[in-house]
Amino acid sequence: MIVFDNISKIYTPTQFALKNVNLRILPKEFVSVVGASGAGKSTLLKLLIAEEKPTEGKIFLDGLEVTSLGYGELPKVRRRIGTVFQDYKLLPNKTAFENVAFAMEAAGAKDSDIREDVPEALGLVGLLDKADNFPHELSGGEKQRVAIARALVNRPEVIMADEPTGSLDPITSIDIIKLLLKINELGTTIILATHNKEVVDELGRRVITMEKGEVVRDEEKGKYVI
Amino acid sequence: MRNGWLSTATILVMTLTLFVIGGLILMGVAAQVVLGDLEGKIDIAVYFYPNSSESDIMNIKNSLEALSDVKEVSYISQDAVLAEFKDRHKNDATIINALGELDQNPLEATLNIKAKDPTKLQDVADYLQNKKYPIVDKINYYENQVVIDRLSGILAGVRNSGLAVIFVLAAIAMLVAFNTIRIAIWSAREEINIMRLVGASSWFIRGPFLFEGVMHGIASGGLAAILFYPVLWVVSPKLLVVIPSIDMHVYYQQHLLQFGGILIGVGVVLGVFSSFIAVHRYLRV
Ligand SMILES: Nc1ncnc2c1ncn2[C@@H]1O[C@H](COP(=O)(O)OP(=O)(O)O)[C@@H](O)[C@H]1O
Ligand SMILES: [Mg+2]
Repeated sequence: MIVFDNISKIYTPTQFALKNVNLRILPKEFVSVVGASGAGKSTLLKLLIAEEKPTEGKIFLDGLEVTSLGYGELPKVRRRIGTVFQDYKLLPNKTAFENVAFAMEAAGAKDSDIREDVPEALGLVGLLDKADNFPHELSGGEKQRVAIARALVNRPEVIMADEPTGSLDPITSIDIIKLLLKINELGTTIILATHNKEVVDELGRRVITMEKGEVVRDEEKGKYVI
Repeated sequence: MRNGWLSTATILVMTLTLFVIGGLILMGVAAQVVLGDLEGKIDIAVYFYPNSSESDIMNIKNSLEALSDVKEVSYISQDAVLAEFKDRHKNDATIINALGELDQNPLEATLNIKAKDPTKLQDVADYLQNKKYPIVDKINYYENQVVIDRLSGILAGVRNSGLAVIFVLAAIAMLVAFNTIRIAIWSAREEINIMRLVGASSWFIRGPFLFEGVMHGIASGGLAAILFYPVLWVVSPKLLVVIPSIDMHVYYQQHLLQFGGILIGVGVVLGVFSSFIAVHRYLRV
């Protein structure tokens, strides 16, 4: 379970990026975080992997206080949370296979496990035939699939995706969301930050709506309301 | 290599840095030789009355050699002084004839004293003076004192300021190399950030950069060591005119292993240290 306990984040003194956010996300949930640009969605996700530190409040991952960890302990948390970004963040000089393998190497996995799990992850996202292609040889949707394979290859409890369809056309976007749903059905918690209304309304899952850093709505089977 | 161009640039800058450092070391060696030559020329001569007993002089010589400031004492007997004198004036018939008329050797036996440090000659001279040996005619230190003091002052000054200049130049060269490495790693910041976000530990990320630092250090240290060959081959004949007592080209060949070792060692330390510092700031994520 993920707990945001009274979280506030201030980057510049004049303005709250997040204000008194309280959230609980249960295992195997599929949660969409929606809101206008600047509402604080990315900040919320960055705090969970401690890419940013909150100004106030605590965040727990299954009882582990993420917000109190030092730099040396962060990798452990980050290996339990797979991350997908709008701009993919693939290493440009590594192939699809190597990009996915890299996350396993970083986690200290054995070569034999890497040889077994990377093709499995690439198979799951439907990209086994592009394993030896470099990022610049892949389409946007394919790059995002590689990123998703990288996020799930260490079998994390949670995958968080920040606008994963933000740079993709509608049809490709639907494919990516379907992929996330499939991963969710296999037992992984998904946190999806997006402002894609069609996608959210189609899902019929929990929707957290943010406005100016505050949670203004939190509904099971929610809709994207502006 | 991750980035061919940056690697090449880094190695070139580091090679130049190490070449500068190596050049400074060689200049230090040359300066040491020159200073040593000069220092070797500064000594105290003690003159003994004619017909002083040789064993008394030897006693004084022994007691001088026991002093911690004294490097060496050489004895020149009356006969040797005379022989040298005759040799020096062998074309001057008047002097030779005059000497022949004497039934005694009028010249004085001499002890030449060299100190380990020319500034300590004063102490040695004072020591002799205080002993008031009856057979000692005169000590020439007091005659040459002004010249000796000035010379040893200059030597000490040259040595200290030379050292300071060497350190400053070496520091500048290292800063340039350090910044080049920082730029190279700056270009990898996005990559480091991604590694961090997928949960790579600091050491996992650092490893390749430190390894690269080691490789850059070895490559540039080796290159700099090789570069000295042609440079010294050209320069050393000219140097030989100024400093005849050391042939830099030969000296370098004899000490190639030490130089290669020092240059590669400094290069590796510089490469690893710079990489470590430069990566560090991107790990704070
Ligand atoms: N690194 C930062 N420094 C200063 N302000 C920031 C930074 N990151 C985000 N912000 C500000 O925080 C607010 C929330 O941003 P963000 O979390 O990126 O929103 P969203 O992802 O919903 O668009 C915005 O006002 C944004 O300008
Ligand atoms: Mg955002």
